[in-house]
Amino acid sequence: MPQTPTATDPAPATVAQEAAPLLSVRDLRVSFFLEEGVVRAVDGLSFDVFPGQVLGIVGESGCGKSVAMKAVLQLVESPGRIVSGQILFRPAAAQVIDLTRLAPRGAPMRAIRGAEIALIPQEPMAAFSPVHSVGDQIVEAIRLHWRQWRPDGPPLTRLEARQITAELFRDVGISMPEQRLDAYSWQLSGGLRQRAMIAMALSCKPRLLIADEPTTAIDVTTQAQVLNLVRELQRKYRTAVIFITHDLGVIAQIAREVVVMYLGRVMEQGPVDAIFHEAKHPYTRALLRSIPGLQATPRVPLPIITGSIPHPFNRPRGCPFHPRCSDVIADVCNRRVPALLPVGDRQQASCFLYHDVEAVS
Amino acid sequence: MTSGVAAGLGTRGATQDPLLEVKHLRKFFPVQKGFSRRIVAEVRAVDDVSFEVREGETLGLVGESGCGKTTTARCVLRAMAPSSGQILFRTREGPVVDLAQLSRKELRPLRPQMQMVFQDPFGSLNPRMTLLDNVGEPLLVNGLRDRWARRERVADLLRLVGMRPEYMHRFPHAFSGGQRQRIGIARALATEPRLVVADEPVSALDVSVQAQVLNLLLELQQRLHLTYLFVAHDLGVVRHICERVAVMYVGQLVEMAPATSIFSRPRHPYTAALMKAVPVPDPRVPSGDVALQGEVANPAHPPSGCYFHPRCPFVVDVCRTDPPELRVVAPGHLARCHRADELTLEGIGPADSPARMGDP
Repeated sequence: MPQTPTATDPAPATVAQEAAPLLSVRDLRVSFFLEEGVVRAVDGLSFDVFPGQVLGIVGESGCGKSVAMKAVLQLVESPGRIVSGQILFRPAAAQVIDLTRLAPRGAPMRAIRGAEIALIPQEPMAAFSPVHSVGDQIVEAIRLHWRQWRPDGPPLTRLEARQITAELFRDVGISMPEQRLDAYSWQLSGGLRQRAMIAMALSCKPRLLIADEPTTAIDVTTQAQVLNLVRELQRKYRTAVIFITHDLGVIAQIAREVVVMYLGRVMEQGPVDAIFHEAKHPYTRALLRSIPGLQATPRVPLPIITGSIPHPFNRPRGCPFHPRCSDVIADVCNRRVPALLPVGDRQQASCFLYHDVEAVS
Repeated sequence: MTSGVAAGLGTRGATQDPLLEVKHLRKFFPVQKGFSRRIVAEVRAVDDVSFEVREGETLGLVGESGCGKTTTARCVLRAMAPSSGQILFRTREGPVVDLAQLSRKELRPLRPQMQMVFQDPFGSLNPRMTLLDNVGEPLLVNGLRDRWARRERVADLLRLVGMRPEYMHRFPHAFSGGQRQRIGIARALATEPRLVVADEPVSALDVSVQAQVLNLLLELQQRLHLTYLFVAHDLGVVRHICERVAVMYVGQLVEMAPATSIFSRPRHPYTAALMKAVPVPDPRVPSGDVALQGEVANPAHPPSGCYFHPRCPFVVDVCRTDPPELRVVAPGHLARCHRADELTLEGIGPADSPARMGDP
């Protein structure tokens, strides 16, 4: 298995945590090479996820949050590819794997994808096959990654895998698990389908769970159940979770650390309380102000972020947010790209309001 | 873009006359089975719903998916025919007509007065038509045949929703979700409607874009004296934009009240549970509770008594046997609950407002 020495890891300026991060993304760049031009979907992204932590990634559509997660799983589709950067995964204390160096279809990557790092996709309806029962699909995953359950024993039989699946269904709160195993995804309600999806993601005891907008397509009451479930399971298995959403309410309630993304770059990063109460970056502040909050004055125009997210081919020069920023510094923000640097003891922002350091590219 | 908005639109005095009055609206869908298409059951999608919308006001229709809120909205516009009930609409000319009784032909002259804004800005515009044709089609259908006059009008409409008229020869794919929703609004306003039914108009949009579209809707209402029936599931959005709120559960209205009253003190346990489930964008306010167990009742086989009783934390014996009536529990406040008077339920009103976030 190709490994990179830990020494290449530049000291992360994030939180001082007792354990080493489970996943460190360093200056990741993912581009799509289209006939019309190059789209830099992820443009210098860095963050850490620690074991047992929930990291929230917020950003509006097109900010590159989903592409970044696909890159972690090595699922970026052509014409896109990882241009540079590192994705360092530490499955064991002395083991560091740079996922960007693994062949996407090679055995080492396939042993990690789905088993060590699992994904809860956004639309469970599209993620399950409609012609196989949900139980069969999970059984298949468990049998494929049988080493996660029995590291040195013989492979699991169908029946054993089925029993594990029933147990998982019970864990995620699906009533009558034995009957539900034989149901097809289209026979389940939205909430049950999402629970089955979570059971599938957990089926191989992943160390890292990536939840990509798992609650956008469902009602608030079901959303509350799913969030609770993620919280409970995360506590029970000490799984690290990357929770991607554009819903700031969900982020506030589930994440411990928050990364705010805009046009492929991190604008701000820090503990959830700091992000919501001492937001430093003008983008974060504007985003928070524009929520029709439950405490805001009704029927009064909301403060808005002027303009719209630029077209991917018209990426602004300098700080990507400067054309829409209310605190833009003339001749600075439109020329240079700010680096992500500490502001306060545990928070980081990439903004020239706080420091005058350019990002290296 | 929305610079024309004066700070504080506030609550304008909506006139007291109802523009729309829905009485005992029902919409049942037959469940067919077998070769003979025998009707084995009925899905009571909308079951005896009554409400009124006063001219110039915004009524929010809230509930989980499958509660019948969209079916209600579609019946009101006669996009589908109701099974029974009355839909009384006061026409611009004066007389009140019952839309439920009218034939397709009789409805045609009234259609321009009521329009719809759809949820999905990607699916609701024809991708093969330019903005001019997309927005201009309702004008053409309603007899504006002169192409130049239509072009003028479309330019005005695009300006009205904050878009540049130069864009009218482009196709929808060139625009972002928020811009497309503006185009959808322009199209809805083309026929100068008085009633606009907005079915989840901002739920597919990003936060920053959502704010822009909400501001636009408020501004347009002010300028054009529009009446909105606003279907949504996001309570934050509903609280922001609606003056009155109606909550639906399994095809029935369970609560209806002025927004301030329902958010500060809900009277139905279901409304309270919905409010509790909303994750507040502030980590210091624990929220997003699982207040409800189980699933929404099957509208083909609703439970006995109160439809909500299997999930209700305050259930007593009478709830299991007697269906409660929708009754007045406070001035202007209706609730369908046996225990509405004795329960003190928590809302999310401004009473416990923590510091406004975002501004350190």
